Amino acid sequence: MKLKLHVWRQNGSNDKGRLETIDAPDVSPDQSFLEMLDDVNLVLARAGKDVIAFDHDCREGICGMCSQVINGVPHGGQERTTVCQLHMRQFNDGDEIFVEPWKARAFPVIKDLVVNRNGLEVIMQAGGYTSCHTGGVADGNALLIGKPVADYSMDAAECIGCGACVASCPNSSAMLFTGAKVAQLAVLPQGKVEAQKRVMAMTEAAKEFGFGNCTNHYECQASCPKGVDVKFIAKLNREYMKALVS
Amino acid sequence: MILDGKCPTGPIETSWDRHRFESKLVNPSNKRKFKILCVGTGLAGGAAAASLGELGYQVEAFCYQDSARRAHSIAAQGGINAAKNYPNDGDSIYRLFYDTIKGGDFRAREADVWRLAQVSNNIIDQCVAQGVPFARDYSGYLDNRSFGGAQVSRTFYARGQTGQQLLLGAYAAFSRQVKAGTVKLYERREMLDLVVVDGVTRGITCRNMVTGEIESYWGDAVILATGGYVNVFYLSTNAMGCSVTAAWKAARKGAYMANPCYTQIHPTCIPQHGEHQSKLTLMSESLRNDGRCWVPKKAEDCENPAGEIAEDDRDYYLERKYPSFGNLAPRDIASRAAKEQCDDDRGVGPGKRGVYLDFADSINRLGEDTIRERYGNLFEMYEKITDEDGYKQPMRIYPAPHYAMGGLWVDYNCMSNVPGLFVLGEANFSVHGANRLGASALMQGLADGYFVIPYTIAGYLATVKPGEVTDEHPEFKKSAEAVKAELDKLLAVNGTKTPSEFHRELGKIMWENVGMARSDESLKEALKLIPALRDEFWKDVKVVGTNEQFNQELENAARLVDFFDFAEILTRDALNREESCGGHFRVEHQTDDGEAMRNDEDFCYVAAWEFKGTGVEPELHKEPLKFENIKLAVRSYK
Amino acid sequence: MLLTQSSVGRKIIMAVTGFVLVAFVCVHLLGNSSVFIGADAINAYAQKLHSLGPFVWVFRLVMLAAFVIHIFFGIQLTLENRAATPEKNVQIKRLKTGFGAETMIVSGLVILAFVIYHLLHFTFRVTNPDIYVPLGDHGMINVFVMIVQGFSSALPVIIYLVGLFFLFLHVSHGIQSLFQTLGLSNDKSLPFMGMVSKLVGVVLLVGYISIPMLVVFGLIKL
Repeated sequence: MKLKLHVWRQNGSNDKGRLETIDAPDVSPDQSFLEMLDDVNLVLARAGKDVIAFDHDCREGICGMCSQVINGVPHGGQERTTVCQLHMRQFNDGDEIFVEPWKARAFPVIKDLVVNRNGLEVIMQAGGYTSCHTGGVADGNALLIGKPVADYSMDAAECIGCGACVASCPNSSAMLFTGAKVAQLAVLPQGKVEAQKRVMAMTEAAKEFGFGNCTNHYECQASCPKGVDVKFIAKLNREYMKALVS
Repeated sequence: MILDGKCPTGPIETSWDRHRFESKLVNPSNKRKFKILCVGTGLAGGAAAASLGELGYQVEAFCYQDSARRAHSIAAQGGINAAKNYPNDGDSIYRLFYDTIKGGDFRAREADVWRLAQVSNNIIDQCVAQGVPFARDYSGYLDNRSFGGAQVSRTFYARGQTGQQLLLGAYAAFSRQVKAGTVKLYERREMLDLVVVDGVTRGITCRNMVTGEIESYWGDAVILATGGYVNVFYLSTNAMGCSVTAAWKAARKGAYMANPCYTQIHPTCIPQHGEHQSKLTLMSESLRNDGRCWVPKKAEDCENPAGEIAEDDRDYYLERKYPSFGNLAPRDIASRAAKEQCDDDRGVGPGKRGVYLDFADSINRLGEDTIRERYGNLFEMYEKITDEDGYKQPMRIYPAPHYAMGGLWVDYNCMSNVPGLFVLGEANFSVHGANRLGASALMQGLADGYFVIPYTIAGYLATVKPGEVTDEHPEFKKSAEAVKAELDKLLAVNGTKTPSEFHRELGKIMWENVGMARSDESLKEALKLIPALRDEFWKDVKVVGTNEQFNQELENAARLVDFFDFAEILTRDALNREESCGGHFRVEHQTDDGEAMRNDEDFCYVAAWEFKGTGVEPELHKEPLKFENIKLAVRSYK
Repeated sequence: MLLTQSSVGRKIIMAVTGFVLVAFVCVHLLGNSSVFIGADAINAYAQKLHSLGPFVWVFRLVMLAAFVIHIFFGIQLTLENRAATPEKNVQIKRLKTGFGAETMIVSGLVILAFVIYHLLHFTFRVTNPDIYVPLGDHGMINVFVMIVQGFSSALPVIIYLVGLFFLFLHVSHGIQSLFQTLGLSNDKSLPFMGMVSKLVGVVLLVGYISIPMLVVFGLIKL
């Protein structure tokens, strides 16, 4: 396949950034999107040109490093798929493809397609944990957890922290990321203890950092490579209201 | 030199308890005076940083990714072992200990493995307390499944993402300490040197991967939890950023590299599809619980669709060769068996490098829904990559480099031969011997991080003065200058080939000559090819960009420099080890029916290599292995 | 953090005030639909409302407060949300967001303008003072006449059509949104609520515009 790429190039957060058109003349349908970019970079590097910087690591859809907006959709729009698992057979010969970074005030661009996602760390640090100490905890079976509850918690815990929810949100809100963690812990007996403090602290941290507010567009769920459900945002809202009245 | 692992003597059952009691402690009010650097934030590093921070030490943590949550531990799928014996099927700490020693083909230290089995139970409790959503049964109790190489159900799991959930648990604990101010995270940093002053570890030199700045950090102890090195094969199941660099920098400063030839080739990976491929994808070994491995009996059937091959014309080779373990044979054995079938020209798929993993029987027995519930995400992943539906036709799998049992040499305290340098998780060599059993890597990482290092590091710190050497010391400046000089040298070559092209070539050399089957001839060939490629690299590599920017080409080139030196030592170790054991298979040493033949007489030792410089023969140090509790025996899974 | 400053808190305020407003709009339609029965019915209904005395004022103040709060936070949140994405991607493709959801601020502001016009039209008697005729001698006006005459020219009808269309847009996202915000939804109920939301929007749209339309087509006449 022959493709024409329009790739966002930006040298640091102070640079203005622009789209650059680059040809990908020899693309195999079995390649992943990132392998296609590898090949493009190989040509650029051989020619002594600056290669396209992009975040990637595990390339099996679980680390959450890869973070590109492809044709206007974070991770390219194939359901439950990260960029690294997006294969070129999803595209057609002659396609023009736009490749851009996550765009949000909370995610300043480091270079080209690489952004700084420290904001998600700050949200986690505000309360995305149970305050248990290493050692001195109860036996794993001491508190029973019903299978439906464990499954619900696991559904929420699928989040890989890539930030696609923020990138797809018209408001750059991190509510799905936050809601998933709040919900995962709030339903478990181990996490319930601090549920009220947690939901307050995490939502406040998100706001302070400069993420936007959730207005229920559900764009986040649609682009989430793990299909994390917006019901966890509803759960966050419930937890918030419980915290308000207690 | 004969190395001493400093293992406790006496009855093994109480060895760890006695050792903990005999170790020195650091007074609570003194803990905050000590600074500990922790490189790597996966299961071992993240757990260690969190636990040490909580104890009150000042911890500085480093990772090359943008967050501690992204370490490659996250990709582990299947599960984590523990000797809880919840299913009442005969498990015990002793059995886990026994299985791990036997699974490792009697090349691990008994005391280390005992400790691992003992603390395995605490890990499950710890993770549950952190809110890790382990699978539960309808009564609300933790669920278990069986895994390759074990005849009991001792594997705890969280859907197909156990590694992710355990890492997120450790990361949560880690984040809590960052918030509390006891841990400081330096993300997007690559450790490029270990600073050793008068033979004692005093700090590290890092490159800030965003600005290119070379930064010095001092600490009273340094922990390396930097994972494994199988990216030396280029195509592996490791993440793209996994490298030997941090461990190798320590080796350059005198730390011994132990058993580097023990590499695990995982049997259930998706076969390679083409030359452009950047990595291989693993599918959880748990698939072998319900999938049956087979190839056609006749080579001429290999081109035909699987469905058209009659039952009688199929060779279920694992069930045939290992009737008692069948498809659940340990990884090294299953991988080698798959290779044998393909070498016999009975492989399937492109290039005939693949075997079938067939779920038809299980689907008939249990229904597609049950299979979907157990492995749905794996089937989905398989389909995304291969465009084939594993429910309708058998999956194709082929072994791929996956895990490094070898690593930096450490004593029982997880301290290397360089005082003050501790090595945890996959980066050390300690518990898996020559082969790791499924669901044991997560166990080791967390055991080291949560329950071993907090005790053993105190024993060391109690003997040193906090902050005795800081980054004011001239050795730090010297180190930073050397790092800068090497990076400049790489940028200055300005040849014609990119680092990734060289890496691919190195990987090819290693896979073909030092892969699943190694011979005297192939190893000697590799020892010729590697230095030649390294020479070419230094003459012809092209690294675009500058150091003072975000530069992934430079990162790759710098990692490759270390892979070259390391590849040579790995090969030398494989050449030295004139026996077949676990993941190390020498074709000269096999039984008549192709099974590995160990040589306990001459090789029942840990081979720890001292690096003496690029191109110089390394020096071999031996640590004899003693088996006082488990009798050395031929490892049989028949 | 104060409810009025927090992200979720303000969202809840939006949902609660939105609920009050939507409830009012529904009740208002129910009341207005007495016009279909005839002149006496709607006039009797108007009289009944007036007879409530001070309650009318309490009610009006509550509605005004809900309205003002909803608008204030709506604008504030929109500005904040825009600031959170100072630069947008060149290509943006929305997978889920509907037109109504994306244009809440626009439809909201149009509704604000429309409500002001509506009040000037029928309550404060500013735009068309000639449509008011007294009913009896209690100081009441003939509401039926007011409605029929009020829609006897093109401009008010067009304005109502436009205003009510934006009300439909606003409500069709707003109702399911308020359930989600109040935590009253999950993966099963959310698609259902989305449909309910649109359905209510359609009912309101059809119900409300049927009044001017019936007047225009002469089915309601003096």
